Amino acid sequence: MRVATQTGPVNAGAASAGPGRFRRVKPVMRTILSRPSGMAGAVLVTFHLLLVIIAPVIAPYDVTQQDADRILEAPSMAHWMGTDSLGRDVLSRTMLGGQVSILITLAASLIAAVWGGAVGVSLGLVGGRIDEVCMRLVDAFLAIPGLLFLLLIVSFAGGGVFALIPTLSFFNGISVVRIGRGAAQSVAARDFITAARVRGHHSRFIIFREMLPNLQDILLVEWAMRWSWMMLAFSSLSFLGFGASPPTPDWGLMISDSREFLTVAPWAGFWPALFLSTLIIGINLFADALGKALYVDRENRAPG
Amino acid sequence: MLKILVRRLVSALFTLAFVAVVVFAVAEALPGDACTAYLGRLAQGERLDNCRASLDLDQPAAKRFVHWARDLAQGDLGNSLKRKKPIEEIVGPRFRNTVILGTVAALIGIPLAIVLGVFAGVYRDKIPDFVISGVSLLAMTIPEFVIATLLIFVFAISFQWFPAVTILPTDAGIREILPNIVLPVITLAFVMTAHILRITRASVIDAMHSEYVKMATLKGVPFRRVVFRHMLPSALLPTINIVALTIAWLLSGVVVIEKVFNYPGLGTLIIQSIFDRDLPLVQAIALMFALIYIAVNLIADLLVILLNPKLRSQVSGEGG
Repeated sequence: MRVATQTGPVNAGAASAGPGRFRRVKPVMRTILSRPSGMAGAVLVTFHLLLVIIAPVIAPYDVTQQDADRILEAPSMAHWMGTDSLGRDVLSRTMLGGQVSILITLAASLIAAVWGGAVGVSLGLVGGRIDEVCMRLVDAFLAIPGLLFLLLIVSFAGGGVFALIPTLSFFNGISVVRIGRGAAQSVAARDFITAARVRGHHSRFIIFREMLPNLQDILLVEWAMRWSWMMLAFSSLSFLGFGASPPTPDWGLMISDSREFLTVAPWAGFWPALFLSTLIIGINLFADALGKALYVDRENRAPG
Repeated sequence: MLKILVRRLVSALFTLAFVAVVVFAVAEALPGDACTAYLGRLAQGERLDNCRASLDLDQPAAKRFVHWARDLAQGDLGNSLKRKKPIEEIVGPRFRNTVILGTVAALIGIPLAIVLGVFAGVYRDKIPDFVISGVSLLAMTIPEFVIATLLIFVFAISFQWFPAVTILPTDAGIREILPNIVLPVITLAFVMTAHILRITRASVIDAMHSEYVKMATLKGVPFRRVVFRHMLPSALLPTINIVALTIAWLLSGVVVIEKVFNYPGLGTLIIQSIFDRDLPLVQAIALMFALIYIAVNLIADLLVILLNPKLRSQVSGEGG
């Protein structure tokens, strides 16, 4: 406690130099990057996000272009990562293989964090009967394995991969509700809220100015965790044959297609597996570092 | 204590009932019905009428739900559309196979996770912790099908120690199954260990910072005794419940792992039945998975109640 208060003024001074709402971004990013694991996470996530944007421009081949003469070719100067069972360039397909899954899961995780956070925080604040009933429902929903439900809905509802967005965000939002509610309850019990009450502030002021900044941190980290879960779920669906559909390059699908040729052409599966895994590891490392950095930042800025 | 037990049992039944309602409602909300989904382009004329009649689809949904729920309660899951057999017969042996897979993995994974988790927690931020936490992060983030494919590549293709896929009749005996499930068990146990290990580690770290551990250390109790007598009992108890909650996550993993190794369990069956568009069978399997989850959580709760000294003392309190 003492240590935190001593470093407080220094950091608070540096932080207040930035403009307006985003004044926390700089110190938080600095703390994330100061740890090797946070650095690795930030680099991996940035790399993959950049790739989504620039891959269509820099990919050396057309991802659907087949070449019957170059089937399952080992890596060479012409095809740096070799070719797959239809003679398509593995490098180009791997570079573009995250596009669909990343866009869908990013959108779905944002929706999940917003609706889950809003409902969860409200439940935590309202309490009472409504809260009790809703939490019962939440617990019951959590008893259904997520992937199974996705399978059930995706396969019978149709509508392609974009139909996954509402389903993913609904189910993941339910776990956010739980987190948001718990966070709201624990923040509501903290001393500075009591202090604000005693000072006679409006409850609107207390909710938006005193509580939300604290909840933001928890929800931000939860959003990153949901994103990582969704990437895992989406690629599993693709792997099982229920996600992205064939000519689309997609990591899960590419790994599943390459399994038949594992002995003769391991590269066709290795690269998409590496890209997929590094993205999910990156998100987790980043989320972990983000949580710690936000905590450190808040402790530093807390008035001594 | 009896009161707590009864309350817990009622809540488990409530959850099961709710899951049944959701599974039924989702099937109702989907466009078309079980018969149009199953028959696809053939869904017309007499064929469609016969199929609908066999499922009573001409009845209102509420009435069908009551029938379905009543049959469920009596253990009658209805008939599979594709296989034209009672679902209990199809699901029974596969349910057993999935339980075997999960149980063997749990028998390996849970003790391993507790030992490693305690070790990492006690030696927090030292080399053993970095190694254990690092590997567990990899196990949790790398998709199961990648881990499984990697294991196949190394142990089935390069070394040829174990079969890459399970080729077994669904109703094979346990003795025949066991040598075949080495790789699926390793994959599942690996992922399971990682999840439980992280929970144990966090809980141990919490307990190591507690007043009573500091007190014991200050009193001069030997470190080993502090860890085993003072810290562990209170650190491990709350992890039981959280471990049970991660089962939902692991069940999704089971589906993928079974599919990769072609293991004749519920996971491969649900994927097959989705490809067959056999909605009654899919619904039944989804319910079975929920049942496994609820049962595991119930067992965890009962364990906690039995092991918790506070609740145990309430027994004598209530009795007196």
